[in-house]
Amino acid sequence: MIFSENHLVPFNNHLVAITDDGFRFSYAELQGWNKELYEQVGHRCLVFNLCTNSIESLVGYTTFIGNGIVPLLLDAGLDKELLDELILRYQPEYLWIPESRSSEFSNYSCIYEFKGYQLLKTSFNCNFQLYNELALLFATSGSTGSPKLVRISYRNLEANAQSIAEYLNITSDERPITVLPMNYSFGLSIINSHLLKGATLLLTNRSLMEKEFWALIKNEKATSFSGVPYTFEMLHKLRFFRMDLPYLRTLTQAGGKLNLHLTQEFANYCQQSGKRFFVMYGQTEATARMSYLPSDWSVTKAGSMGIAIPGGEFHLIDENQNIIWEPNTVGELVYKGSNVSLGYAMERTDLLKGDENQGVLFTGDLATRDEDGCYYIVGRKKRFIKLFGNRVNLDETEQILKTLIHDCACVGVDDQMIIYITDEARMKETQDYIALKTGIHHKAFKVRCIDKIPKNTSGKTIYSNLETV
Amino acid sequence: MENLSKYDQVFISNLQVTQGMLSTLTYQSVPAWDSVGHMGLIAQLEEAFDIMIDTDDIIDFSSYQKGKEIIAKYGITL
Repeated sequence: MIFSENHLVPFNNHLVAITDDGFRFSYAELQGWNKELYEQVGHRCLVFNLCTNSIESLVGYTTFIGNGIVPLLLDAGLDKELLDELILRYQPEYLWIPESRSSEFSNYSCIYEFKGYQLLKTSFNCNFQLYNELALLFATSGSTGSPKLVRISYRNLEANAQSIAEYLNITSDERPITVLPMNYSFGLSIINSHLLKGATLLLTNRSLMEKEFWALIKNEKATSFSGVPYTFEMLHKLRFFRMDLPYLRTLTQAGGKLNLHLTQEFANYCQQSGKRFFVMYGQTEATARMSYLPSDWSVTKAGSMGIAIPGGEFHLIDENQNIIWEPNTVGELVYKGSNVSLGYAMERTDLLKGDENQGVLFTGDLATRDEDGCYYIVGRKKRFIKLFGNRVNLDETEQILKTLIHDCACVGVDDQMIIYITDEARMKETQDYIALKTGIHHKAFKVRCIDKIPKNTSGKTIYSNLETV
Repeated sequence: MENLSKYDQVFISNLQVTQGMLSTLTYQSVPAWDSVGHMGLIAQLEEAFDIMIDTDDIIDFSSYQKGKEIIAKYGITL
């Protein structure tokens, strides 16, 4: 099993992680800490893992997965109120949490400390059963604290990590740098696929806009870099094409569609400088990855999300659920593979549920397929957008806003949400509130005032009457 | 003097801060000055002063005060 002792022992003398403050840790050390932490918990149960890109967070995660403890992975900066709601709803027995936040939970006792993290025992002692294949839980939307979780199995984790390692040709020589948070399925997939092969993670919480981040890339010779569309816009702004990074061999992009112009620029640059550029597509509901565009095709097929990952397959269906066989026809993208999650959870008792998806995922994304079998995303069926890589459900942000302002409606496109309200005096307050609650930069939210939110006779908002740009 | 108020205004409008907060303002000391905010800040400074800030300076631009030194390198007297 992934991250069990049997898996990790062969890499004992390899480095598992290097941090931006210069510390180096081996796989042997990781296992020692895993053993120590597991002894504190000692049985299969639910733990909330508040994630950072740190050795502590990594130790927590590998301990839990390798020993049958089920973590819910959350952003360490998650708003306290939203976190409390999740705790009440899912009743974890423990929190694995940065020391800096543990004072917010003074009613829980700290039973173990490891560097900057603490293991807190909550007041819940329920011997709830967990479905025996359940490995971990992801939040569907990290920033809104949505109670809707994705249930991932051990088989899901292993299948997806294996497949990614195969098409990216990952070996123990790789040194990916963490750009994305580990509670985000894309970020975690990088960790999983590299630990599977005994590679070395360069762990940092620094952003691309800090010199310490670039010092780590250069000094520790990072070999790969992964980001969401916004990351690539930042790279472009930093004039990445002029940087001298000979060890950086691979760039991967997912988490939303990068605009065509930048996709072409990065594809051309990588082709000319002997680097590999992979555009990929995935969803948390499929553990992470579903497709990749082979880097040799990155120039000629720019704009495509490529083909299914090894072990997976795609097809398109029309409105009557019939398979579309003709090329260049829009339909809903459906994926089949052993990385398709078990299903969702809305409350504690759902953690007992078995495999509801049976390996088939209706993605909610609209796509076409060209004559060569490459897929292109053209739209979405569901009401969500991505803000700087964060999936944000527009109905959920409306719910959050309704605690402040009753009459509102959220629409928008990737990287720009538009919030319609009817009280002009509260526009700034609305923007501040949603930025605070989601932890996403206020620029992502534009507030507009209109006379009336358009509604149909049954009181439902008519979103199509609201401009989305 | 005019340049200094231009410089201050870019911070105030981009990072949702008040004049009084500027002197001690550092990267990530307010929620709005994250990597997204940083990119907007740099872009607007470049526009306001008609300069092109180098990569090393973009990632070294860690505070309001540090930024003054950096801007000065581009011939802008604050």
